[in-house]
Amino acid sequence: MSDSIDIINAFALLTNFVILPALSYGSQLALGALAVTLVYSILRFSNFAQGDSMAFGTMLVIIISGYMISKGWTITGFPTAILAIPLALVGMSIYLLAMDRLVYKHYRKIKAKQNIVGITASIGVMFVTGGIVRFILGASAQRFGDGERFIFSVREFKAFTGLQQGIAFKTSQFLTITLAILLVAFLFYFLQKTKTGKAMRAYSDNTELALLSGIDPDKVVRITWLLVALFTTIAGTLYGLDKGFAPQQYHLLLLPIFASVIVGGIGSPIGAIAGAFLVAFSEILLTYAYKKFLIYLLPLSMHPSSLVQLIGTEYKYAISFVILVIVLLIRPTGIFKGKVIDGD
Amino acid sequence: MAYLEGKNLVASYGVVPILHECSVEVEKGELAVIVGPNGAGKSTVMRVLLGMLDASAGSVTLDGNDISMLSTQDRISQGLAFVPQTKNVFPSMTVEENLQMGGFIRKDDISKTIEEVYELFPILYDKRKQLAVQLSGGQRQQVAFGRAMMTKPSVMLLDEPTAGVSPIVMDEIFSNILDVRNAGMAVLMVEQNAQQALNIADKGFVLVSGRNEHTGTGKELINDREVRKKFLGG
Repeated sequence: MSDSIDIINAFALLTNFVILPALSYGSQLALGALAVTLVYSILRFSNFAQGDSMAFGTMLVIIISGYMISKGWTITGFPTAILAIPLALVGMSIYLLAMDRLVYKHYRKIKAKQNIVGITASIGVMFVTGGIVRFILGASAQRFGDGERFIFSVREFKAFTGLQQGIAFKTSQFLTITLAILLVAFLFYFLQKTKTGKAMRAYSDNTELALLSGIDPDKVVRITWLLVALFTTIAGTLYGLDKGFAPQQYHLLLLPIFASVIVGGIGSPIGAIAGAFLVAFSEILLTYAYKKFLIYLLPLSMHPSSLVQLIGTEYKYAISFVILVIVLLIRPTGIFKGKVIDGD
Repeated sequence: MAYLEGKNLVASYGVVPILHECSVEVEKGELAVIVGPNGAGKSTVMRVLLGMLDASAGSVTLDGNDISMLSTQDRISQGLAFVPQTKNVFPSMTVEENLQMGGFIRKDDISKTIEEVYELFPILYDKRKQLAVQLSGGQRQQVAFGRAMMTKPSVMLLDEPTAGVSPIVMDEIFSNILDVRNAGMAVLMVEQNAQQALNIADKGFVLVSGRNEHTGTGKELINDREVRKKFLGG
């Protein structure tokens, strides 16, 4: 251990244990948060089934990629799970559209006070979805990533840079950040430039006037669920590739996802993304042990003896919750001035 | 039979009856005005004509065809257009996007109709990249008007187009409405400013408690002593 101040190694350490993990976790949350935002903007309820839907999509990917691996339909070095996404997407779309037909459509038809009714209905869907996943795959954790684990590993990085502190760039992190950028770009292009996307914004902006303009509400709802299927399946798969798949873990993701949406301003896609990164960075910055980081930066006499960890990792969900409470108290519209949920 | 005709309409919100055998009609190239006190069911007539509220009895016909069973979207594609009193634009979309949404159901090129709207309301051309929410009340009313014209409708339904605007803007809006009528459209509007509206109307319907109380040409109604006393302030 060096006894001088070493900013470069300190930064490398932080990159490896905070910045890269938070960027990929934030991207995963952002995709989930965008799915929640879409449902909220178009169907006007907060979708409590989001976490379990992500588990459902990931389950499909696990089953399909398992089959593909058994048949040898793989690309060397590339995670088969990613290749399985298109087919899983079909299954996920069918599942979400079926749930809409069976559950949510009824409440639209009777023009129920939608947020609270939709929330209650989606809690039901959440339990059913979570149950199906546990029934098929079991409740225990599993890993399903194959292929090359690293774009570059700690050892390769050290050999290349000569630094004492290594940085590993995991394939899952690279895929997460790349796919998230692509998907977000696609969503914004779709909403801003295409006729169907504009119709969705119009429907979200002023539903009655959208109907008066001849926009087909059923089609808007259908497209919304297809987009939700896309974001949900990919978010779930990327999270699973990064951290492993466990149904309970996915269920609990609901809290950071909701925190992201509300922090950013509910109904605002940009807000959802900003909120997701805020939540991800808060969670990881607050639960990271800074001992080694400070050892790099401080003179020997000031080296800490404790871990210098602000909050134990077991409390990471509490961080989302605290952020949620603070935002609702101080700025209920969120950073990007979304809507205030008022129970209607 | 008139071009657009609502005949003996009966409707209610839940258990509260609003319309009792109320009838309105308008011909092409004609401006018809529905006036009456608050709660008379004026806006409800519009909603029934558009299929936004189901009538329990009566019929709506357009050019002789019964459209009572059609959905709102289908009535729009048959030629009806509607400018609601409030919430009549897409606030977080630009002026141009608002017009594009107005022409949503059209399969052909809508750019020429957008040009026509800009010709009618030149200020909208200057503001075409601005969000509707940033416009003034009068400009927003023009966006609402332009959006409705995008389907090239044969009937224009207007719900209190001059509510909450200044007298100058009101005159401007009335002159726009007359332009639309002179272009051959059938215009049916609900109006609070009964005196001014009846002045320019070809036909008027005075509604009270969901019933036709008086019907006649604009001039007849203005000169009717009873109507003057009850609704026009003497």
